[in-house]
Formats: sequence, C-alpha cells, structure tokens
Amino acid sequence: MTVTRPDEPPSTIVKYYPLKELIVARAKEFFREPEAIFWVYVFPVLLMFGLGVAFRGGEVEVHVDVVAGSEADTAARSLKSVDGFRVEVVAIEEARARYAAGKVDIIVEPSRGGYRYLYDASRTGAEAAKIRVNDVLQAAAGREDRISSTSDLITEPGSRYIDWLIPGLMGMNIMGGGLWGLGFVTVDLRVRKLLKRYVATPMRRSDFLLALMSSRLFFLVPEMVLIIAVGHYAFGLEVQGNLVAVAALILVGAICFAGIGLLVACRAEKIETVSGLMNLVMLPMWLLSGIFFSSERFPESMQPFVQALPLTQLNNGLRGLILEGSSLTEQWMPLLLLSGYGVLAFFLALTWFKWK
Amino acid sequence: MIDLAIRCKNLTKVYPGGVSAVSGLDLEVRTGECFGLLGPNGAGKTTTIEVLEGILKPTSGQVEILGHTWGNGDRAIRERIGISLQETRLSEKLTVRETLKLFRSFYPTGISPEEGIELISLSEKTNARVGKLSGGQRQRLAVACALVGNPALLFLDEPTTGLDPQSRRKIWDLLRRFRSEGHTVLLTTHYMDEAERLCDRVAVVDHGKVIALGSPNELIASLGGEHMIEFSVANGSSSSSAPIPESELRSLPGVSAVRVDGVEITLTASEPHLVLPRLLERLGGNSGELTRLSIRHTSLEDVFVELTGRHLRDGDTS
Repeated sequence: MTVTRPDEPPSTIVKYYPLKELIVARAKEFFREPEAIFWVYVFPVLLMFGLGVAFRGGEVEVHVDVVAGSEADTAARSLKSVDGFRVEVVAIEEARARYAAGKVDIIVEPSRGGYRYLYDASRTGAEAAKIRVNDVLQAAAGREDRISSTSDLITEPGSRYIDWLIPGLMGMNIMGGGLWGLGFVTVDLRVRKLLKRYVATPMRRSDFLLALMSSRLFFLVPEMVLIIAVGHYAFGLEVQGNLVAVAALILVGAICFAGIGLLVACRAEKIETVSGLMNLVMLPMWLLSGIFFSSERFPESMQPFVQALPLTQLNNGLRGLILEGSSLTEQWMPLLLLSGYGVLAFFLALTWFKWK
Repeated sequence: MIDLAIRCKNLTKVYPGGVSAVSGLDLEVRTGECFGLLGPNGAGKTTTIEVLEGILKPTSGQVEILGHTWGNGDRAIRERIGISLQETRLSEKLTVRETLKLFRSFYPTGISPEEGIELISLSEKTNARVGKLSGGQRQRLAVACALVGNPALLFLDEPTTGLDPQSRRKIWDLLRRFRSEGHTVLLTTHYMDEAERLCDRVAVVDHGKVIALGSPNELIASLGGEHMIEFSVANGSSSSSAPIPESELRSLPGVSAVRVDGVEITLTASEPHLVLPRLLERLGGNSGELTRLSIRHTSLEDVFVELTGRHLRDGDTS
C-alpha cells in the first residue's frame, strides 16, 4: 500500500480545503440533478410567461351567455354591436353549467321587460363585466350619458400585473430555495446516514453548514439574474431602484430562509416529516404573502399576521426597490425583520440540530 | 505493558425506552491486531462499535481510543481513525474520485484519491458516478473513504455483509495489507469464516456482553476437539428414542461433547479416526439406518452454539 506519512513528505504536496470541497461537491450534486434545475431555473420563467400572457394588459373580452327567450335576440344583438363581448344564446341550464365551469363571466336573463344578471361578485372582474354589459344594454334601450367620458388604458411598463408579479416570483423562489436547499437536503443526508458519516470524520461542522449555505447563495445568483433578465427583455420590466440594493435585500432574504430551512430540518429523521413541515411553513406564505395577488386583500384583522410573515416582508421590500425605486434605508422594516427571523432561526436550528 | 489501541471498561448503553443494547462490556484491542466482534444480529455489536467511534454516547463505562477519551481531544482521535458504518449511502451524483477527494479533504494527512482508488482496485471506475456502482463496489468505496485519512485504527461495521465472494475477498486483502503495516482493525461480523480468516483475536458477543474471548484457534480448541462428527439415523419403529444412548457416545475415545438436536447428533472429537470405526460398528448392529454422516473442522459457529445453544444466524430469538 503506498501511503504517505507525515515523516515522509510526498513529492508533490496537495493541499485540500474542506470548505471548498464541500461547496464543490454540493454544487455538482445540484447541477447533476435535472429536477432541481427545472424547479429552480425553468419553473419560475415558465410561470412568468404563463401568468404574463394570461393577465396581459389591454381591453379584456367579456364572455356573456344570454338565456334563450323572447328578448334574447335583442340583447345579444346589442352586445354584439360593440367591441369587447363574446355572446352566446343558450338555455338557462346550459348557461349555468358554463358559468360553473368558468367559461363565461356573466349570464344575462331577459325578464319582465328588463334583464336579470347572474354572476358571482367575488370572482375577479365580475363586477366590471356586469357594469360593462349593463352600460351597453341600457344605452341600447335609450339611456344617454349625462357627461362625456373617455378611457385610456395604462399599458406602459411599471404598473402592469406582470411588473407586480415578478418581485413576488423572486420572493417565492428565495423562500423555496432556502427551504429545499437547506431543509430537504439536510434531512436527505441524515436519512442516508451520510451526515453521521461526515461527523465521524474530523470535518468541522461549521464548514459543513457554511458550505450548504454558501452553495445555496451561489445557486441563487443565476436564478435571480434569470428572472430579472427575462422580465426585462420579454416583458419590459424596468428596475427602478438600485440593483446593489436589490441584491442586498435578496441576500438578507436568502439567509433568513436558509435559517428557516435549517430549523425545519434540525431534528427531522424522515423525508415525510420534513416535507410536511416545509409545506406547513410555505403554504401560508404562498397564499398570504402577496406572490400572485396583493396581501392587502385579506381582512384588516388578519393583517398583523400577514405582515409578520417573512415572505410578505421580502415581497414588500422587493416591490419597493424594484417598482417604486425606493432606497435600502426606506426598506429598513423588511431588512430588520428578515435579519431578526434569520438570526433566531439559525440560533434555534443550531441549538436543536441532530448530527447523528 | 501491551500497547492498547482501544480500551473499554464496563460499557453499558440503554436506549431511550429502556432497551439495553450493551450491558457491561469489557474490551481491550492491542495496537497492530485485527480484532473481531462476532455475534448474531441484535447482540449489541453495532452499538458497541458506534460508542467506540464516538458516534453514540455510552450510558456508563469508560472508553479510551488511542490514548484519548471522547469529550476531550475528539479531533485528535478523529484524525487518526477511519470508519465504515454499516449503512451509508454515499452521494450518487458524485464520482468515485470526487467522493474520495471530499473525504480526503477532511483529514490533515493521508493518501491521494487516486491511491485510494488503486487500493480498492476501482481504477476503471474512477470517473463513474457512485449511483452506477454495484453493491460490492460501493462497499469498497466506503472502505476507501475510511482509509484516505491514513488512519492508525480502522473501524468496520459488517464490511462484507451481503457482498459477492469476489468483493469480500478484495476487502479481506485490503484489510490484511492494512494490518501488515502495523495498523489496528476492529470489525464486527456475523460471518464466522470472515472472523477466522482475518482476526487475530475475536470477542464473541451476545446480549450485550462478551461471552468468549481469544484467538479463533484458542476458542475452537476450548471446545476440546478440532473436528465435528455429525450424523443422523432413521430409527425404524420408535423414532423418539436415541439410537445410541448419549452416555455411550460420550465414552467414545476422544469425544469431548455430544449434542443431540432431534435426530441430528453432533460429536466434538479430537481424533475422528478413532471414533469413526467404533461408531460405525455400533450403528451396524440393530440401531437403524445411517442417513447422514459428515466430518468437518470445528468453527467459531460451533463455539457460539456451544456457548449459547443457538446459531449465529438465528438472531436473538431464544
């Protein structure tokens, strides 16, 4: 066996750096996992395109079902004579079925010389559809506007849905990456007894945790650059604030969610356990923290809770910097809260962490 | 005074829930020897070795590894020991070379990843991912991970369980070479042939205690004979009564022990050439038809059976 001993120095001395090797190993594992690449890099871009196209600006066509009957043709003709409506005349049962399936926005039923509108006011855009249908039908029946009005639709970059969505997607990815990249990966290592095997070597535990952390931050760079770049070149997103400030907030957010990921994983010994815990942590934030729709929509009584969620803070901060062009000092609240959660999560995770 | 690599006194380990895995185990492993912990599944071998490796905390007892105790000087111990756990799933996405390089980086001194690959004769798999290796190749890689830090003491928990004969032999060769350089090995196994071939000394462990200690030859000799004569007789009419009374078998020349297990009878004998003619002559009479007769060397398995009345592979069912 050719073994080099301390007293017989080998001809070429190779120095090994455990922290570097741990980061390199983690990076190789990550980039050799096609699923991870999909969820981290491809999925957010697909989501951006999907939602960007579905909620593109401009006038939205209203789908109307007119219930068949004596006045149905008059109503249908009036609606068809103006732009922006797609009209079908159908039986009431069919109209209700189509409404339930989400194929139409409103049902118009002629009744006693007038019209009855059937719609669910809580559906997005339902009120607007009703108002537009009603305006056309009233005008056709002879109503005249007392004052003249014109509409100019705002479609310039900066205030469209897609502009609002992109910082939310960034926040969502920072959260998911932290929880998967530290939480799931740590438990996977524990299940495979690899964590136990590492601890049986002279490896420094701090090197291990630092490597997980820094590799996660390293994966985040292309992720964020990709979202902003696609947002800019495909959808015309303009970052109003300072890019360095955006990067700083992303870093603080990523460290916070890495800490939460580690906390979730600190004692879990089964993949099922950590998956459950991750969903428990992420689900409320997916719903409440303003990724796809504003968290202001939730009732006043829920706001203290909603605003206390780390992802709400991160999304608020990112929107402030990217959309409103505010400075980092103006975003002191997200920075403070995210740092606080991060420190607390790391402290608890390291206190409770189960290595063996 | 003999130089000890491992000293362990009155070790106990009670798991939460009250299961006692190790109950008062003493062990002294000398520097430069290959020492085997032999016992059935559930005997407490893995718990013992993991306490010695500093992975588990003992409930009570003293453990000294290479002159240090766990809790002070852990790093000094870790840098000088190599470990292969019973079950480790190394990262499937990394190659053989990358895996060894990672483990090598944890140690201040050691061999190069390439030398490690050569040791386990996996050169043609240097750049293959761990996920593509066979079970035997993975186990060899796990042993190489234990060797890259150039350890003075190697712990191996069931290094060849479930492996094909070729992989077993490669691991045995590796351990013989390691030991021939004056290093110490502690391994657990439930294969008695492995213990007989590799180990200078063996501790037979059962119910968390050492029930016999010595070189494989000493333990086998302690049975009083080096040969086992096994035979069975189909007993015509009355199958319940033994064909030959036990006392008569015991009085055969050189027979030191008799074990009757149903129709199977086992004699421990030092000189089978004297026993056999007498036995066959006696069976030639009216005691029934001889259906089986075999003579083999006494093994550690027989030692275990003699000590516990059970077979090694029976598990912990008595």
